[in-house]
Amino acid sequence: MSLSEETIKKIADLARLELTPEEHTLYSKQLTAIVDFISQLSKVNTDGVAPLVTPTEMAQSFREDVVGKGFEPGAATSNAPQNSGNLYKVPPVL
Amino acid sequence: MDLSELTIKSLRDKVRSGEIKARAVVEDSLKRAKDTQGKLNAFITICEKEALLRADQIDKTVSSKKDPGALAGVCVAVKDLLLTKGVKTTAASKILADFIPPYSSTVVEKLEAAGAIIIGKTNLDEFAMGASNENSAFGPVKNPWDLTRVPGGSSGGSAAAVAARIAPASIGTDTGGSIREPASFCGVVGIKPTYGRVSRYGVVAFASSLDQVGPMAQNVEDAALMLEVISGKDKHDSTSADVLVPAFSEKIIDNMKGLKVGLPKEYFVDGIEPEVRKAVDQAVSVLKAQGAEVVEVSLPLTEYGIAVYYLIAPCEASSNLARYDGVRFGHRTSEAKDIHELYRRSRGEGFGAEPKRRIMLGTYALSSGYYDAYYKKACQVRRLIRDDFLKAFSKCDVIATPVATGPAFKLGEKATDPLAMYLNDVFTLSPSLAGIPGLSVNCGFTKEGLPIGLQLLSKHFDEEKIIRAAYTVEKHSGLPVRRPHGF
Amino acid sequence: MAFEAVIGLEVHAQLLTNTKIFCSCSSSFGAGDNENTCPVCTGMPGALPVLNKQVVDYSILTGLALGCEIRENNVFSRKNYFYPDLPKGYQISQYDEPICIKGKVTFLVDGVENTVGITRAHMEEDAGKSTHHGDFSLVNLNRSSVPLLEIVSDPDIRSAKQAGEYLRNLRSILLYLGVCDGNMEEGSLRCDANVSVRPVGQKAFGTRVELKNINSFRFVEKAIEYEIGRQVDAIEQGQKISQETRLYDPDKNRTMPMRSKEEAHDYRYFPDPDLLTLTVDRAWVEKVKARLPELPLQKLKRFVSEYQIPEYDAQILTTSRPQAEFYEDVVKQGGNPKAASNWIMGDLLRILNEQKLEITQSPITTTQLADLLKHMDAGKISGKIAKTIFEDLAQKKYVGLSVEEIIQKNNLTQVTDTKAIEVVIDKIMTANQGQVDQFRAGKEKVFGFFVGQVMKEMKGQGAPQVVNDLLKKKLKGE
Repeated sequence: MSLSEETIKKIADLARLELTPEEHTLYSKQLTAIVDFISQLSKVNTDGVAPLVTPTEMAQSFREDVVGKGFEPGAATSNAPQNSGNLYKVPPVL
Repeated sequence: MDLSELTIKSLRDKVRSGEIKARAVVEDSLKRAKDTQGKLNAFITICEKEALLRADQIDKTVSSKKDPGALAGVCVAVKDLLLTKGVKTTAASKILADFIPPYSSTVVEKLEAAGAIIIGKTNLDEFAMGASNENSAFGPVKNPWDLTRVPGGSSGGSAAAVAARIAPASIGTDTGGSIREPASFCGVVGIKPTYGRVSRYGVVAFASSLDQVGPMAQNVEDAALMLEVISGKDKHDSTSADVLVPAFSEKIIDNMKGLKVGLPKEYFVDGIEPEVRKAVDQAVSVLKAQGAEVVEVSLPLTEYGIAVYYLIAPCEASSNLARYDGVRFGHRTSEAKDIHELYRRSRGEGFGAEPKRRIMLGTYALSSGYYDAYYKKACQVRRLIRDDFLKAFSKCDVIATPVATGPAFKLGEKATDPLAMYLNDVFTLSPSLAGIPGLSVNCGFTKEGLPIGLQLLSKHFDEEKIIRAAYTVEKHSGLPVRRPHGF
Repeated sequence: MAFEAVIGLEVHAQLLTNTKIFCSCSSSFGAGDNENTCPVCTGMPGALPVLNKQVVDYSILTGLALGCEIRENNVFSRKNYFYPDLPKGYQISQYDEPICIKGKVTFLVDGVENTVGITRAHMEEDAGKSTHHGDFSLVNLNRSSVPLLEIVSDPDIRSAKQAGEYLRNLRSILLYLGVCDGNMEEGSLRCDANVSVRPVGQKAFGTRVELKNINSFRFVEKAIEYEIGRQVDAIEQGQKISQETRLYDPDKNRTMPMRSKEEAHDYRYFPDPDLLTLTVDRAWVEKVKARLPELPLQKLKRFVSEYQIPEYDAQILTTSRPQAEFYEDVVKQGGNPKAASNWIMGDLLRILNEQKLEITQSPITTTQLADLLKHMDAGKISGKIAKTIFEDLAQKKYVGLSVEEIIQKNNLTQVTDTKAIEVVIDKIMTANQGQVDQFRAGKEKVFGFFVGQVMKEMKGQGAPQVVNDLLKKKLKGE
């Protein structure tokens, strides 16, 4: 089952990835092959089987509601490509 | 004295006693790193300044008769996926090329608290996605045993650094085999702990339910000591388990009396190169000679492991990599008229092909209408795969398999066909899905002098058994200790 | 054709924990730019979430107060979308296994009990805040990862007024529980409304429109009112209602379609692999249940039956828990229930309003008010004197003194002793023979002059009724 160029475009949009036309074509082919390969999973009978997310059984962890140490002043924006004081600056959102 | 010949235990003993200065050890390691960097490209960053500073601190601690730690003076190369505060951490990606972390990962903090000295950040496949270290934005890493071949991946740099004796230990990460496979290709010991044994806090996330940090070293005892130091519950990681950390490196038994070794019939099929098969068989007979009972077990869903992994991992990754958006850190495109363009261009420019491919695959599989057939289905089969292993472990203590179907392949050989690269991981993927611990130990060499690894698996939190089995092979296989030519 | 409105409300309540839901940053309001941040709530590489237990406690408490079932197994899911105030590129929320389900709330609308079902309530993290400045925007992540409880009602609401009362009541419950401070203007309580209309008698729902940007109680009613009208008008003119999101414009009092054409979001929900399944066992629920306080409607009904006060009074007194507790404390110390109600609803609330104080900061204590009421009841002081003392207390005139001490100190005890009053009356009458003659000649208005003079002579302490009766008698010559 081939992934159409339109599907590729939609996925790239959802994933916010700008692709070159070459990447579009290449990924369309490669992803089709991968998805086809993965489809073999439908052959496995999974009736009544609960999905497994965390593979190791372990007890749950919580935090107490106590304020802890966060960023030192300025650390939050120390890697920001653009900032205004300690705020992140980006091109217009609306 | 050739410092690169010393084991971790003897090295740290000599530093602690004052017999050797940590500074001397670090200088030696740094020299080797710099001298071999052109040939191997094992490092993205060599931390000369920081390492020498730390070495001096250790020496000072020793001379003031205070405890410098269990790994005092031990040089460690750390995969550039673990955050090191103040030291650039790139994940081998353009999108993080200039990222200076404001905090360190828990594993790095534990190593430093134990007196270990981080000499550099090693090269890897970008975002840990790959099995050959050819997917790095900073160029591929070469295998010290044959510079025309890959070291394996994604922890290629870490494996090469130990194999070339730049450092006696390194830290890698393993999501689907990324410690075990390069360890096998480079002839070193590599351990992927039980999922939850070691903290993931401060490790750039690829696939959250699979990623684990683990050690690589020249021998089993050293690897076991490293595992001991980095393991333990971390309150910053909800998926880190609150279980006791045994003293893995102490009193390792060098026989297999009373233990059963299982051989899964689905793993010993056509497609394994004859030399690999021979080396693995020989290792199994060593285990048998040292007291193990060898039994056949079955892992019927083995063939589906690749599909399950290549659904779950990309799905989790597609979400984990959404934060690389050019807003708060990392690469930002130079021209964007609005926020949407900022995202698209920064990510399109910053990510390499393999991350982009996996993000696309994961986004597709999670998208509306496909969730049940893909992601949910994969998680259901995952449970069945884990059940397979638990059933097998009711019949044996340790499972032995090859790590890969062959030794290190040539650079460029598989790079153009992603699916072919994925199929390479068949032996290491399913144990990751099950969360069980896995280890690779050298069990021979090909005629061309390329290392072959034996994979040992045990049930959750039973690393002691695979360490014991690996130690037994190491001590009794009669394999000569080799060094890669020229290192 | 007659139409009926079908309304559901989605309320986001910021929970009053000290720290955020997945990291130990302070969740306090008003910090400096990006001051309350850390690797986790800024989505740094390698950061991981750890759940704040208090958030779970507060969610269970709220769910129980809303009559919900509390789920034993809870999953946190990732809701994936891109927006600069969402640092990880996903929000950790709950999707198909929310912590609270199938509840209901009962409240009064014009004295009549209404019940609205609660579909679900779930925990999630808040996003940061972005501000827009023309050719750039700025992002502050202080609010990122602050805990929210999203409470979704069944589409049981049928009018804008009912929606307003539902929201007021829900807010009141949240304040009673101490889990949220319910400030719509500051954003600690947010409300979106889903509105559709259908012909009366039709079972199928009409097309639903989501209303956003409603940031006060008044606007909730107005926005819904407008939207119902807009939909009915449209249908009557043969138009179809599009399923869309509309923003309420308070200046023009109307709803408008959202400006940006939002593509239908594909959130790609999946269970967050960084968090384990949250197990809330029966023991935990029982422990929280034991902490449930009496809720507003319960308290209202009890005040009516126990203290025999009108429902109107009880409604006002139970507006807030501290207020209800103030009232009850006064009554428990012996204050007459109806009198206490009057004084609180009237004079006390007025003073608090003037001085911009909360009832917890009241300059008049419950003991002082109770004492005033008891003294009045026993005839020891007049109502007028009581009011004077009350006002003085409000101005902090007698700090540290009890009512008894104030009365003694200022000699304010009401005099009811007829002999003592007669002496004063005699004195005044003797000094004002002219006015006595005038009164006896029929000028009744002069009576007031005498009352004034007597009271003045007695420094206001004369018991009014006794003074009046005795004056009447003496002036008439009896």
